[in-house]
Amino acid sequence: MTPPGATLRPLIEARGVTMRFGGVTAVADVDFTLGEVELRCLIGPNGAGKSTFFKILTGQLKPSEGRIRLRDTDITGAEPHAIARLGVGIKTQVPNVFNGLTVHENVFVAAARRKSLTRTRAIVDETLTRLGLTGIAGRLVGQLAHGQRQWVEIATVLAQEPELILLDEPAAGMTHEEVHRTAALIREINRTHALIVVEHDMPFIRMIAKTVTVFNQGRILVEDTVERVLADPRVRDVYLGKQAA
Amino acid sequence: MNPALPARRASALGFAATLALGLAILFGAPHVLDTFGLVQCTGFAALAMFGLSQGFVWGFAGVMSFGQAAFLGLGGYAYAVSVINMGDSSIPVLLSILVPMAFAGLLGYFMFYGRISDAYIGVITLTVSVILFQLVNATSGSQYRIGTAELGGFNGIPAIPALNAPFHPDEPLDFDGIWYAAMGALILVYGFLRAVLAARLGRVIVAIRENEVRAQLIGYDPRLYKLIAFMLAAGVAGLAGCLYANWGGFISPTVFALPMSAQVIIYVLVGGLGTLVGPMLGAVLIQALIIAAGSQTVVDSNLGLGLVLVGFVLLVPQGLLPVARSAALRLVDRVRDPRPGKAADTLATESAR
Repeated sequence: MTPPGATLRPLIEARGVTMRFGGVTAVADVDFTLGEVELRCLIGPNGAGKSTFFKILTGQLKPSEGRIRLRDTDITGAEPHAIARLGVGIKTQVPNVFNGLTVHENVFVAAARRKSLTRTRAIVDETLTRLGLTGIAGRLVGQLAHGQRQWVEIATVLAQEPELILLDEPAAGMTHEEVHRTAALIREINRTHALIVVEHDMPFIRMIAKTVTVFNQGRILVEDTVERVLADPRVRDVYLGKQAA
Repeated sequence: MNPALPARRASALGFAATLALGLAILFGAPHVLDTFGLVQCTGFAALAMFGLSQGFVWGFAGVMSFGQAAFLGLGGYAYAVSVINMGDSSIPVLLSILVPMAFAGLLGYFMFYGRISDAYIGVITLTVSVILFQLVNATSGSQYRIGTAELGGFNGIPAIPALNAPFHPDEPLDFDGIWYAAMGALILVYGFLRAVLAARLGRVIVAIRENEVRAQLIGYDPRLYKLIAFMLAAGVAGLAGCLYANWGGFISPTVFALPMSAQVIIYVLVGGLGTLVGPMLGAVLIQALIIAAGSQTVVDSNLGLGLVLVGFVLLVPQGLLPVARSAALRLVDRVRDPRPGKAADTLATESAR
């Protein structure tokens, strides 16, 4: 299945991924492929299985069926820390940050794995500057506003220097101006990194997306360019709650 | 440049002050105190070391080990048994650290890699200490011996040879010498734990306490770091057990018993969870209180002690050290800069060590 030419090899490839919780099937037989340095948006109504799919990709959940490959490595059912070490970083839907530590310490811990102190410090300084967090580097993350905590989490993900970045609702709870900055940041990251972004905010999707994958009821409904997807009546229907049979 | 710097400077200052105070006590006590007082202080140092162990594993790693007495006891017995067999205390001191660490490694492996939840870790560790208590308690009779050392059941092991100059069994330490060894070891272990916390290892351990999921998602295996922290704390508790055995020249199964595990939790709560100095302070205060309560006849000593503890939990839930420190910081801040409400938050984590 993997094409012989290495350049055509996908960065991440999911085949027949299914996740069942008791009688509920949250993700059903999903095939998903993402190329190197590609930016993909995942959209879909609440409960469509987007976050569950992210949890499967990062090893927080082990799929009931199916395989996932990251380049040449089969990562199906691997531990989250092992997948992270292979170069996958995630900003989760509910911010997962170290509340009792300062912004600086949060980013430091993320940057420090397997790196020299000098290198770590350089990454921390660079990341804080890049995300404009230098001014609040000494503040406790638990005391920050929601939007700022989102940025701290994005900073920890970047500091870890992953090759694939998953962002689960990065613009949620942000002000209009913060949303624009986030979109600009995502476009900048995408120059060198592959990203998958889950988002509900359609104007935001339009700002960043090239290709969009729509999830509905645990399955992929449609996958196409952003213009075609947003013009698709089926997509409008699932967002309005009318289920296309 | 780096806004985390003032906090780090305050933290370094706190460390230097603690170190200076520790050294002053180390060299001052033998000149100020009589032999009885010095021996009492040696006991305090041993229990302060025990407090340090609990304070590290619970306050920094967030591991609810409620049976630290298991490691205190293992360390004490490992020292007693091996020093009786060997005659020279040098290797027994090492064993008092290594035996509890190895035991913690085994126990911790099953707990952390078996994904036991926090509350059950508390239950398991507590149970293990009780099992060890029962086990050692039942070793009465001369058939229970390791080499030449009789375990002695509930009577314990009397007349344990004291520490000697390293590899010179013919030069045993006197009371002064044991004081220097105990207090010196306490200062060294405190410095060591500070260094661990300042290093990447310690930062990751604390980060895992803060958010295990995030730590995993950036590539750290929480199980491994918790195991390391658990083993380090067990080694510290074991060394405390060695000093404890040296303090009285005697050890009995009560070192494994429930009151011992409970007491050390109280040291940490009174002194301040999430600090290293707090648990040491708590150990000394509570022990002094126990001695004072025992030598008066107005109220029942256990009742009085209980009241003091309830008072603490209700009135100073953070523990003494954090409260005293934030009060001092507020004072300094007000003297330096009369505008209210600034310093406290930025200083919270870095200096809390």
